[in-house]
Amino acid sequence: MFYREAGDFKTSYKDDNQTFPIKFDRYRYYAVLLFGFAVVPFLIDDYWVNAIFMPFLIYAIAAIGLNILVGYCGQVSLGTGGFMAVGAYAVYKLMTAFPDVNIFFHVIIAGAITAIVGLLFGLPSLRIKGFYLAVATLAAQFFLVWLFNRVPWFYNYSASGQISAPERTVFGVPVTGAETSAWATYLFCLVFVFLSAIVARNLTRGSVGRKWMAIRDMDIAAEIIGVNPLKAKLSAFAISSFFIGISGALFFAVYLGAVEVGEAFGINKSFLVLFMVIIGGLGSIFGSFAGAAFLVLLPVLLKNTLVGGLGWPTDLAAHLEFMIVGGLIITFLVAEPHGLAQLWRVAKQKLRLWPFPH
Amino acid sequence: MPEQVLWGMEVFLNGLMAGVLYALVALGFVLIFKASGIFNFSQGVMALFAALTLVGIMEGQVPFSHLINAALGTDVHHFGWHVPAFAAILLTMGVMVLLAWAVNQFIFRHLVGQEPIILFMATIGLAYFLEGFGDIMWGSDIKKLDVGLPQGINGMIDEVTYNIFGYGFFIDNLDIWATVIAALLVIVLTIYSQYSKQGRALRAVADDHQAALSVGISLKFIWVLVWSIAGFVALVAGIMWGTKSGVQFSLSLIALKALPVLMLGGFTSIPGAIVGGLIIGVGEKLFEFLVGSMIGGATENWFAYVLALIFLVFRPQGLFGEKIIERV
Repeated sequence: MFYREAGDFKTSYKDDNQTFPIKFDRYRYYAVLLFGFAVVPFLIDDYWVNAIFMPFLIYAIAAIGLNILVGYCGQVSLGTGGFMAVGAYAVYKLMTAFPDVNIFFHVIIAGAITAIVGLLFGLPSLRIKGFYLAVATLAAQFFLVWLFNRVPWFYNYSASGQISAPERTVFGVPVTGAETSAWATYLFCLVFVFLSAIVARNLTRGSVGRKWMAIRDMDIAAEIIGVNPLKAKLSAFAISSFFIGISGALFFAVYLGAVEVGEAFGINKSFLVLFMVIIGGLGSIFGSFAGAAFLVLLPVLLKNTLVGGLGWPTDLAAHLEFMIVGGLIITFLVAEPHGLAQLWRVAKQKLRLWPFPH
Repeated sequence: MPEQVLWGMEVFLNGLMAGVLYALVALGFVLIFKASGIFNFSQGVMALFAALTLVGIMEGQVPFSHLINAALGTDVHHFGWHVPAFAAILLTMGVMVLLAWAVNQFIFRHLVGQEPIILFMATIGLAYFLEGFGDIMWGSDIKKLDVGLPQGINGMIDEVTYNIFGYGFFIDNLDIWATVIAALLVIVLTIYSQYSKQGRALRAVADDHQAALSVGISLKFIWVLVWSIAGFVALVAGIMWGTKSGVQFSLSLIALKALPVLMLGGFTSIPGAIVGGLIIGVGEKLFEFLVGSMIGGATENWFAYVLALIFLVFRPQGLFGEKIIERV
């Protein structure tokens, strides 16, 4: 019934190679986009944006970035928090140093700076593999957080050691600072999410993406058939860090507004994003969104039911939340190790034939 | 001798002692990784959980008292008895064995044959779970743990070094005890794995799962055994760290300190864990002492990782790790 390719004729190579080859899929995608850009901004208030939409969108970018590295190129990284911090501090330095330039470009440049840092920390991946590499990326995590804590130049010698975003506007509408409205910040983030998803999707199904996947599946074999591991691994690190940097920049400038580095970009953030990627599905852009949505919604739901619904003390609820999140992650891995994306694939396959299964 | 050198020597000795404690945590990692290929991130939280349970049993706390009070509106805290340390340690060990069984029964039995990264994520999930579980079971306040280990400056070393150098070294009694206990633990583990029946089975499983299975070794039993031993090592580490700095959440972060130790020593080598621990312990203390004050301090957070990273670039399998041979 749904997702059927019958009757959907392609007459050119361009048609055949488009991102969503199935007509139904394409229109569903357009509908989601339309809903996200034209309907949601009118419906949401501050609570919805701050509790759900903004973290979801920002983590989705980070998850896309990490998914490129872990899911497509097979290089496990635990340094996501550190790279997000690079994005945040880069955008902070740019915002305060060049107040006249539009913040949109600042965020992009912050991504580029993070890409360079990521490239640097990606260099050992040429020698170190597997879990050794995962632990090695922790060096990036701890070193970067320490650096931003200890070198006053990064936080402009402020007394508290915090960084806080000054007010910046896009088309005259403030998107950072204290006087922002919910729809503006939402749309600003959504534009980045939209662009990131398109770029990531097309990179991963193109020549670069195929090289990454060859490296993931077996790097020696990939090298023998002519994939340059140096270029493939480093480009994965750079592009992944680019997205993570953008998400870190948005996380600081648009979402939180003021940040203390150890608290906002600690090791827990690295794990959180990695969880999103794994629960969502390794090697799937849709999975990054699904994982981000799942892990953003879960704590909100738990908190609302335990504290709001049952009236339990908050510290008990917080501990219970840890337990439930941990338990759910385990349950999930046991039930479906390939993540939400796999469930989605199965559902699509079922829907194709529904309601006539033969 | 100039003062700086003497201080350096003292820092070196203290680094060695700290390294032993790191090695203790790393040991638990190595045991599980060798036997089942699982990179067990929850080792640190297991140490925290063991220490919490030990304190809880010794003090006679009512488990889940917070939860019971919140759900039923009662007000219970303590049973009102005190359990002697030795009995409490035995009871805690029982809890750790139970935990080992549960972990295998409910998690890893279902994940056999999955990719290593999935197993790794499952242990992070387990770490989250245990952290919340331990806090709910025993409460999250900082607790004092005292099982009768001596603490404070060792008078003899202080006196002897004062007589030789004219400056008394500060070495904590607890650190000396920790070193002795860690050494004993390694010796016992080595003898056990070399000469006992289960130990041989354990090494066979570590060598080749399928071959071990085909000669009649029960994988299920061995995995529970290995997790129990790791639980025992976690308990010892929990007692040491808990006595040193109180039983609290930060105890679980020592797992993060054990990771560079593992990298340096190799994931599959028990002597590697010991030597790696000593190098990291001495390295980070000396670096903080010599360079740290010049570049802002608190370098202990990252120095171990950077050291291990640089080291690994030259020797990707660590000091004593098995040589990585790759075939297409």
